[in-house]
Amino acid sequence: MAIFLTKDSKVIVQGMTGAEGMKHTRRMLAAGTDVVGGVNPRKAGTRVDIDARTVPVFGSVREAMDATGADVSVLFVPPPHAKAAVTEAADARIPLAVVITEGIPVHDAVAFQAYARARATRIIGPNCPGLISPGQSNAGIIPADITKPGRIGLVSKSGTLTYQLMYELRDIGFSTCVGIGGDPVIGTTHIDALAAFEADPDTDLIVMIGEIGGDAEERAARYVADHVTKPVVGYIAGFTAPEGRTMGHAGAIVSGSSGTAAAKKAALEAAGVSVGATPTETAGLVMALLAEPAETPGDAA
Amino acid sequence: MRERAMDLYEHQARELLRENGVLVPRAEVVATAEDARAAAERLGGRVVVKAQVKTGGRGKAGGVKLADDPAAAERTARRILGMDIKGHTVHRVMVAEPVEVAREMYLGFTLDRAAGRFLAIASAEGGMEIEEVAAHRPEAVARIPIGPAEGVTEAKAAEIAAAGGLPPETAGTISRLWTVLTAYDALLVEINPLVVTRDGAIVALDGKVTLDDNARFRQPSWDDSGDRARDPLEARAAAAGLGYVKLDGRVGVIGNGAGLVMSTLDVVAGCGARPADFLDIGGGASAQVMADGLSLVLDDPEVRSVLVNVFGGITACDAVADGIVRALDTVALTKPLVVRLDGNNAARGRAILGQLAHPLVHQADTMDGAAARAAELAA
Repeated sequence: MAIFLTKDSKVIVQGMTGAEGMKHTRRMLAAGTDVVGGVNPRKAGTRVDIDARTVPVFGSVREAMDATGADVSVLFVPPPHAKAAVTEAADARIPLAVVITEGIPVHDAVAFQAYARARATRIIGPNCPGLISPGQSNAGIIPADITKPGRIGLVSKSGTLTYQLMYELRDIGFSTCVGIGGDPVIGTTHIDALAAFEADPDTDLIVMIGEIGGDAEERAARYVADHVTKPVVGYIAGFTAPEGRTMGHAGAIVSGSSGTAAAKKAALEAAGVSVGATPTETAGLVMALLAEPAETPGDAA
Repeated sequence: MRERAMDLYEHQARELLRENGVLVPRAEVVATAEDARAAAERLGGRVVVKAQVKTGGRGKAGGVKLADDPAAAERTARRILGMDIKGHTVHRVMVAEPVEVAREMYLGFTLDRAAGRFLAIASAEGGMEIEEVAAHRPEAVARIPIGPAEGVTEAKAAEIAAAGGLPPETAGTISRLWTVLTAYDALLVEINPLVVTRDGAIVALDGKVTLDDNARFRQPSWDDSGDRARDPLEARAAAAGLGYVKLDGRVGVIGNGAGLVMSTLDVVAGCGARPADFLDIGGGASAQVMADGLSLVLDDPEVRSVLVNVFGGITACDAVADGIVRALDTVALTKPLVVRLDGNNAARGRAILGQLAHPLVHQADTMDGAAARAAELAA
């Protein structure tokens, strides 16, 4: 199994016919993703040849879902049109919408997140690399060939740190890696992914990557303490970030004493999460935990 | 990439409030002491002189003073202009007519990241650090969630006023402040203090507005020319479309992706050196972007060594290596450069740098090793 995305997922791409959409649709197909269609109202009825595959273009998400049974949409729609595109996906009641687009206004994100939640559409992102269940499916822009299937679940605010950890732990492999994005308002949170990994029989250990800004990591730490029985290894970026400066991600900003990396690390450690000082040390903690013999019930007493 | 949130100066925030029907004191913004005197004469003599800097705590720092007459306004402005408040130099002051205050309150709208929606914050106690009040007596600060689809209706404005212990007459100001938040794509709007004057008017004595830079495409009226980047390197980076933050150390850090660059800064710091720059070449960067980034960091006089840390996902490591070679064609490398390449086309990228065989270009196999080397070379 995997979380949110499996080998049975049928993926459509909103914005497939744009440059980014085409490039990443090609990569998704190469990774084994079942891309069943693109969406572009101006090119409805046409087909696009990508390598050995021919992908039909539909006029709307609804049409694409009716024709193909799609249950995942990946969005490469530019920021001015992103809100309308997510709204359309939610109106079609697609179960999962992965919003790659960077630079969406916060007021738009607030509006479409609430809209999608009310229609039971799970949003991943925006401003995220998407998610991959290695060997099964890849929805987004995560490079597929740096790791393999395995039993680690990974959830991260950062794309490149996701890749770094995937690579460092490539010999062990992953059930699913989810990039939730670094914007202030996102759909799927650390807690959502933790809950799904906890329930996934094919995930043995969870890696959680956070960064400065907000208090999502502190809330995730409380969730781990109360609800997660699997080992969790954490990493937080941004210890050296100065107050009041946005460090690349729109949400990565320390405001006064809130949102600091130190506070997030402390909260995770208090919840029993091992936190690495560097990505490499974090990978080392994972390897050490997985090398330990499984605890027998007697040990806990 | 630009900075994502833009704080307005008080006088800019005041203008947005005024245009949307919120009462504000009469005021003028000036850059010289002589102009402050003239402004005070026009405003009736007795005025408040306020430093215009984008940071809190101006009052405590001596940046807000009452002046009894135009001559005093000139003297006061002369003292405040050029003052340094938390690293911000005062270039302009606002000269405002004083207001007879009967009562001070707090009113603001801010983003609740956890809930993914905006919140009204209202308190019958204003004029001080609202964060302090919220921390010590949370019951004195009302936080009312706003439904994204509904916004602030008349009934909601009345509810906010009541919850915060504000008089019912503030409901109009509450609605107008919400209009400012939504119409201008603001992430934060705040009136502190919102006052009731001796004659019963509701007036915004000070305002703060933070705009969402991601909404620039539909906010053509925003004018921040010459204001965005006070550091010349930051201005250059913004013009080149690079994500850049100037820091105060000695190791220039370049990488791809905000998370990885932030992490690299931390790893450098863990090796006992302070980073001088945060530079994100972004996803899928071309050789040109890499060359621009490297030239920029090499031009930082504080930089003693440069660390390039790239994990190629969409970005191709050979393009990064080509960019380094290209930059070295135009910039004489006088500082050591440590490069770590992994991921997409890493072998090709490493080979390109190997062939370059530059005595100051060092390759490292791991992120930690590269950071340690760059830290050592900057010492």
